Amino acid sequence: MSALTLQGVTAMRGKRMVLHGLDIIFVTGRLTAVIGPNGAGKSTLLEAAAGLLTPIAGSIMLGDKSLPVIGRRALAERRAYLPQRAGVEWPISVERVVALGLTPALPAFGDLPAALLPRIDRALADCDLTHLRDRPATSLSGGELARAMLARAIVGDPELLIVDEPTSGLDPRHAIDAARRLRARADAGRTVIMAIHDLDLALRFADDVVAVRDGRLLAAGPVAAVMTEAILADLYDVRVRISRDADGAAIRFLD
Amino acid sequence: MSRWFIPALIVALVIISALSLLAGTVWLTPNEILFALSGTQTDLASLIVTEIRLPRLILAILIGGILGLSGATLQGLLRNPLAEPGLLGVSAGASLGAVIAIYYGFAAAFTLATPLFGLAGGFITAGLALLLSRSGGTLALILAGSAVSAIAAAGVSLALNLAPNPYAAYEIMTWLMGSLTDRSWDHVHLAAPFILAGGALLLFTGRALDALALGEAQAESLGVHVGRTRLLALFGTALGVGAATAVSGAIGFVGLVAPHVVRPLVGHRPGKTLLPAALAGAILMVMADIATRVIRFDGPAINLGVFVSIIGAPFFLWLVLHVRSRAP
Repeated sequence: MSALTLQGVTAMRGKRMVLHGLDIIFVTGRLTAVIGPNGAGKSTLLEAAAGLLTPIAGSIMLGDKSLPVIGRRALAERRAYLPQRAGVEWPISVERVVALGLTPALPAFGDLPAALLPRIDRALADCDLTHLRDRPATSLSGGELARAMLARAIVGDPELLIVDEPTSGLDPRHAIDAARRLRARADAGRTVIMAIHDLDLALRFADDVVAVRDGRLLAAGPVAAVMTEAILADLYDVRVRISRDADGAAIRFLD
Repeated sequence: MSRWFIPALIVALVIISALSLLAGTVWLTPNEILFALSGTQTDLASLIVTEIRLPRLILAILIGGILGLSGATLQGLLRNPLAEPGLLGVSAGASLGAVIAIYYGFAAAFTLATPLFGLAGGFITAGLALLLSRSGGTLALILAGSAVSAIAAAGVSLALNLAPNPYAAYEIMTWLMGSLTDRSWDHVHLAAPFILAGGALLLFTGRALDALALGEAQAESLGVHVGRTRLLALFGTALGVGAATAVSGAIGFVGLVAPHVVRPLVGHRPGKTLLPAALAGAILMVMADIATRVIRFDGPAINLGVFVSIIGAPFFLWLVLHVRSRAP
């Protein structure tokens, strides 16, 4: 069991209170979209959920253990986290960037154990990167870099995957591919959390939606229950129309 | 390629080191070197080798190595190709300590006063930089380091300005230029433990530096303790570079250049750059030391630090232009 349970999580960034007593359960095997306006606290929520930001109150449990009890390294093996605009600062080859995802499983010195190489091959293949494996990561296009980062995150097959804005800056083709890959992780039984601004993608690919506004939980539950005209209008302060046709549902903001 | 890279560097270092024992005002033959190293001879050639050239060679290897290693660590930690050991104020602090020793005449009283004061100066500035940057992140460390560095440099200028006599000023200037002339086994015994300990600490940062290529947030998420890595890098640099500067004076550019020379050959991986950068730094230093002994004009010999700067500064210029042309 690797559900992530937040209880009364209150968190600060610097001197500013950002999250106010959130209670959320992220369910195993489901893709949860975290939505909300800019500055609602989505990124802070994801950082806290990843165990990178310690809340000043409340508890966060992965399975039946709280994150501090699991410990830094064991947690790093079980969950992967991709921040917004994740990138690489040296012209390292794509293959080596993906290999960095195995860092928590490596000894302090020495080369990559040969036993781990098949995992890298699989992650590269899963993210359609095999032909780019020797390219310097700094020379990739936006879509290719996003794929390399995702491959880096899933190479260790983490049971919890947390991704902040996986589709920002991507064209429709790449954005849909990225969402589909996260969908595949959830279908494989992992807990997947993504913060996302593209509501159409959330509507199409997510199982659950968590709506956050001003650091407070506005609504949480299955997509159909949360992505309603009333709740979205409340969340973003604009009039919203959800139109459905043979191709699915589309969200229009009317103001 | 990468499998043979480190052995190749080691072979190159051994060859250059042998050359360093042969070369000088008096050129020796390989036979004389072997006899001297066997330890049974007491003739002049043996004395030159065991009492002058060998300690000098060991210092050059240690100092070049720690400068290269520290430069590679700091560039990886700060993710900035222009970072170098002097950035954290360690070199400037060691210089100020040594200058105080010369200025107040401690150096005249006993030989090791200069390196001992230098060591203390390096530790104090590194400690200050660390204290000032404790609450902030990497940027705070850079800013605190340059501030402390500037204060120490101002102290050195003040000492030069107020120097009691031209000889003191000359002595300070000579020391600031960096040199390995007249260094003995005493200097090796003083510096080696600190340099080796500092180097060991720096080598432990390799894995963390690799993960830091993804930025601090991703590195933390991969289980890397970024704060602890920063501390390790700073402490290792203070120990190693502090001791190096204390015995040789300020020697720039090796720490900046050595990592750049080897980086493309290890696939730009920050952790893999460490050991080759140390070896490249040692090779550069020994080569420069040989050059200062062999290249003689009519006047006094060129100081090691000056020679390294003359070669290193144009490389730095090339680096700046190259980095700019590669950026989008």
